[in-house]
Amino acid sequence: MAHQMCTFVLDRLLFAVEVERVQEVIRYQDATPVLTAPDSIAGLINLRGQIVTAIDLRRRIGLREREQDARPMNIVVRAAEGAVSLLVDEIGEVVEVDPESFEPLPETITGSMRTTTSGVYKLEHALLHALDLAATLQISAAPDGHLSKREAD
Amino acid sequence: MNECGESADSRIRTKQGALQSRLDRRFSAETAMEELDEIFSEFLIEANEVLDQFDRDMVELEKDPSSRTLLDGIFRGIHTIKGTSGVLGLDKLVSISHVGETLLCRMRDGEMRLTPESTTALLAMSDSLRQVLGAIAASGSEGDGDFSALIRLLTSLLDPQHTSSEPAAPSTDLPAANQSMAAAALTPAQDPPPETAPPASVKTETAREQKDLGGDALGNTIRVDVTLLDKLMNLVGELVLARNQIMQLTSVQTEPALTGAAQRLSHITSELQSSVMKTRMQPIGTIWHKLPRLLRDLARGCGKEVELITEGAETELDRTILEAIKDPLTHVIRNAVDHGIETPEQRSRNGKNPAGQLTLRAYHEGGKVNIEIRDDGAGVNLDAVKRKALERRLIEPGEADRMSERELLSLIFQPGFSTAQQVTNISGRGVGMDVVKTNITKIGGTIDLQSTPGQGTTLTIKIPLTLAIIPALIVTSASNRFAIPQVSLVELVRLEGEAAAHAIEYIHNTPVYRLRGTLLPIVYLDQELGAAARQTKEDGQAITIVVLQTESNVFGLVVDEVNDSEEIVVKPLGNLLRGLSCYAGATIMGDGRVALILDVMGLAQKARVVGEQRTRTTETVVEKTQMDMELESWLLADLGGARRVAIPLDRVHRLEEFPASAMEWSGNQSVIQYRGEIMPMISVAQLLGMARISEPAATMQATVVSRGDRRYALLVDRIVDIVEQQIVVDPSRKTALCAGSAVIEEHVTDVLDVEGIIDASLFHTAELLTAQAGSC
Repeated sequence: MAHQMCTFVLDRLLFAVEVERVQEVIRYQDATPVLTAPDSIAGLINLRGQIVTAIDLRRRIGLREREQDARPMNIVVRAAEGAVSLLVDEIGEVVEVDPESFEPLPETITGSMRTTTSGVYKLEHALLHALDLAATLQISAAPDGHLSKREAD
Repeated sequence: MNECGESADSRIRTKQGALQSRLDRRFSAETAMEELDEIFSEFLIEANEVLDQFDRDMVELEKDPSSRTLLDGIFRGIHTIKGTSGVLGLDKLVSISHVGETLLCRMRDGEMRLTPESTTALLAMSDSLRQVLGAIAASGSEGDGDFSALIRLLTSLLDPQHTSSEPAAPSTDLPAANQSMAAAALTPAQDPPPETAPPASVKTETAREQKDLGGDALGNTIRVDVTLLDKLMNLVGELVLARNQIMQLTSVQTEPALTGAAQRLSHITSELQSSVMKTRMQPIGTIWHKLPRLLRDLARGCGKEVELITEGAETELDRTILEAIKDPLTHVIRNAVDHGIETPEQRSRNGKNPAGQLTLRAYHEGGKVNIEIRDDGAGVNLDAVKRKALERRLIEPGEADRMSERELLSLIFQPGFSTAQQVTNISGRGVGMDVVKTNITKIGGTIDLQSTPGQGTTLTIKIPLTLAIIPALIVTSASNRFAIPQVSLVELVRLEGEAAAHAIEYIHNTPVYRLRGTLLPIVYLDQELGAAARQTKEDGQAITIVVLQTESNVFGLVVDEVNDSEEIVVKPLGNLLRGLSCYAGATIMGDGRVALILDVMGLAQKARVVGEQRTRTTETVVEKTQMDMELESWLLADLGGARRVAIPLDRVHRLEEFPASAMEWSGNQSVIQYRGEIMPMISVAQLLGMARISEPAATMQATVVSRGDRRYALLVDRIVDIVEQQIVVDPSRKTALCAGSAVIEEHVTDVLDVEGIIDASLFHTAELLTAQAGSC
C-alpha cells in the first residue's frame, strides 16, 4: 500500500518525513540560540506558548551551511520527545510513495547522512530521501559530522 | 451484628444501589466498559480518602476513646469500603475490611474497649487495604498479597472477651461472611469468601450523621483533573503575554476607546491569572493530615511519647511544591522523633514533661512560605556531630575546633552524615538530611537549623509559593537574553570608568573582584556559554556583575547588561536539551521570543566556582593556585611611604580586613582572635624598620599566612594587586627578611621572605617591641 510523505528540500536534495508525524508547518521564526547545546540545535521557538526545540536539519544531516540571509521553514513534528521543529529550506508537496521503489542507502554513504536517512524512494524525476525521524532526534553532545560555525554575535 | 448493619447509613445504600444499577447497565451495553473504569477510579480515590480519614480518626480516638462521633465515623468509613468492594467484586478488600468492621462494631456497641493493640491492628488493616487499592490502581487486580496473618490478628482480638460462639455474632444479613470468619479463626490461612451483597433493610440515620459522611457529601466543591488545571495555567500564561503585547501596542496610540478596552483586558487578565493560580493552591494541611498517624507509629516504634501541635495548616502552597516537600518533611519529622525527642524517662529526669512536643508551623512571609518544625527534645549534640564528622572525614582534626556552632550544625546537611547512635529502622537508612536539603534547594527553598542543647531543635524551611511563575532578573549577554531566578540574586555591582578598568584581577587565571574587601570569583556568562571570545574590553567600558548565591558559595556573573526584573512563567525545556546543566528552563518574553532561564547552581558547577564541599570561595581559589604553581604569583602590598612589598601568593592563606579595635595584646605580641584561635599580628612596616607615617587606620589590611598549623597576620597598608609573572630578584638586596628586590609593575618591590618575617617577629617579640630590626 502506498503511503504519504511530506516532502521538503535541503540543499537542493529532496527529503521526506511520514505525513502523520507532521503536526504543522510554520513560517520562519527567529529562534533563541541555546549556546551550550550541540551545533545541530538551532534554538528555541515559541509555538503558541509552547517552547519547541528547533533542529537545523542541514547541520544535523551534515549538508552545507545555509546562506546567512536564508529564511528556513519550520516543520513541526510530533516525536517521543514532544513537538520538535525541523528547519528546512523549502516545503514540497505531499506525495504518495510506493514501498516497492524504496531502496536502502548504498554503502558509499557514510557519516550523519547514513544515520539520519533510512533510504531513498526512487521517484520518477528524483530521489526522495526518507528521514529517519527517531534517529535524527538522537542528538548527542558530540559534534555532528559537519563542522559548523556558530553564530557569534 | 444486626445493629451494625442497621446503623449503616442510607446514603451508602443509595450510592451502592446506584452503583449496582450502573453495573447492571454495563451488561446491557458494550460501550459501558469505559464507565466501569470510571467507577473503579472513583472508588479508588474515595477509598483512599476514607482511609486517610480513618487513620486520623483512629489516632484521635486513641486519645479520646469515649468519643462516639469518632467511632461512628470510623465504622462508617470501613463499612463504605466493604460495601462498595462487595458490589465491585473485590474479594480481598471485603475480607480484610470485614474483620475490622466486626471489631469496630463491638467497640461501638460497648462490648469491647479500644486497646493500643487493637488500634495498631486496625491501622495495619488500613495499610493493607491501601496496599490492595494500590495493586488495583497499578494492575487492575487485587494483587497476590497474603493478608491472612492480619485477619488472624484481628480475629484474635475479637476473641478474648467473647470466646467460642457468642450469640450476637451471626447476623441475618451477613451470614456467609460471619460463618467464614469463624472458620478463619479455626483455619487461619484461608481468607474468608466475599460477602455477597450489602444488607438491604436498613433504618435511615439521623441527618447529622448524613452530613459528615465521608468526602462525597454534596458541597460546593468539585473534583477537577490536575492536567486540566495545568493547561489552564499555561493558557493564562499565554494570555498574560498577549496582554503585555497589546499594552505595548496601545501605549503608542491615542484612540481612547481602544486604550480603555486594553486597560480592562489588562485588569481582567491579572485577576484571571491570580484566580487560576489559586486553583492550584492547596493548604499545607493536606500533607499534614497524614502526620498524626506517622507520629503515632514512630513514637511507639521508639518508645517515646510525642504530642503534635500544628499551626497554620490553612497556609496555601502550589500543589507541585506540596508534592515536592512531602518526603523531606516526613524525613525531618522522623529525625525529630528518632533523634531529637528523648525517652519519657530521660525527659522526666531532666524535669520535662514526659511527652515531647513537636510543633509544625506554617506561615507566609515576604512572598515565601516558612515551615517550622520545632521539637522540645535534647537539641543537637555538637560534640557528637564533631566526632562523627571526624570519623567520616568530613572535616580535618584541626578544623573541628575552629568551627563555629553554626558551621558544625551545617555539617548535618553533608552527604554521608548521620548522628544516630545506632541505625534504627526509623531514620538512619542512609538517606540523610543532605537529601532533604537537596530536595528543598531544588525547588528554590532554603533550610536552616537552630538548636539549643537541652531545649530542642528548630528547623526552618523557606520555600517559594509557586514554581510556575517566579520573579526573575532579565540580563543580556552575547546578544541573548537570560532570566536569572531572583532567589539566587544577592546584589548588582556596576563599575564604570576608572573603577571598571582595573576592577577584575586575576589569581593565576581565575578572575576575581574585590567586593568590600572579600575576593569574589568572577564568571563571564558569555564565556561560560561558549560564545565567541569577547572583544577586548575598552578601557572605561562599564562592567556589570550580578552577584549570585548558591547553597554555600557566592560568585559574580559578568553580563553585558541588566534589563529588568520580571515575573516569568517557567516552562520546561524539551527532552533534547534536558542534559544541559546551565539552564533551568525557558520562558516567553513580552515580545513573544523565548529566553532561557539560567540554572545558577549548574552554572556555578560548570564554572567550577563550587569546588569541594564547604570550602570557602577564597580558599578554593588559593588552593587551586597552590596546585599548579608554574608561573609565580605575587601579592603586592603597599606599606605606606611608597614602599612596596611582594609576598609569594602560595604562602597567602587569605586576605582579611580587621577593625583596628579587634587588636588585642598577649604578652608583648599584638594578636587578634581569628576563627577561634589567637593569631599573632606582624606589622611588616615595623619589622622593616619603617617609621610610621600614617596614623593607624580604622581597619587593618592583613595577609594571613601559615606556617605549620599556626597562622600569622602580616599587616600592610593596602593590598595593591595580584600579579602573575616571572620576576628577576636582585639578590644583592637579600636580608633575613627579604629574598631581594625586583621591579614589578614599574615599582621597586621588596620580595618578602615569609619564613624570615615570622622568625624575626618571634625574635622581635622576645626582644621587646622597642628593639628595632635592621632595614632590608
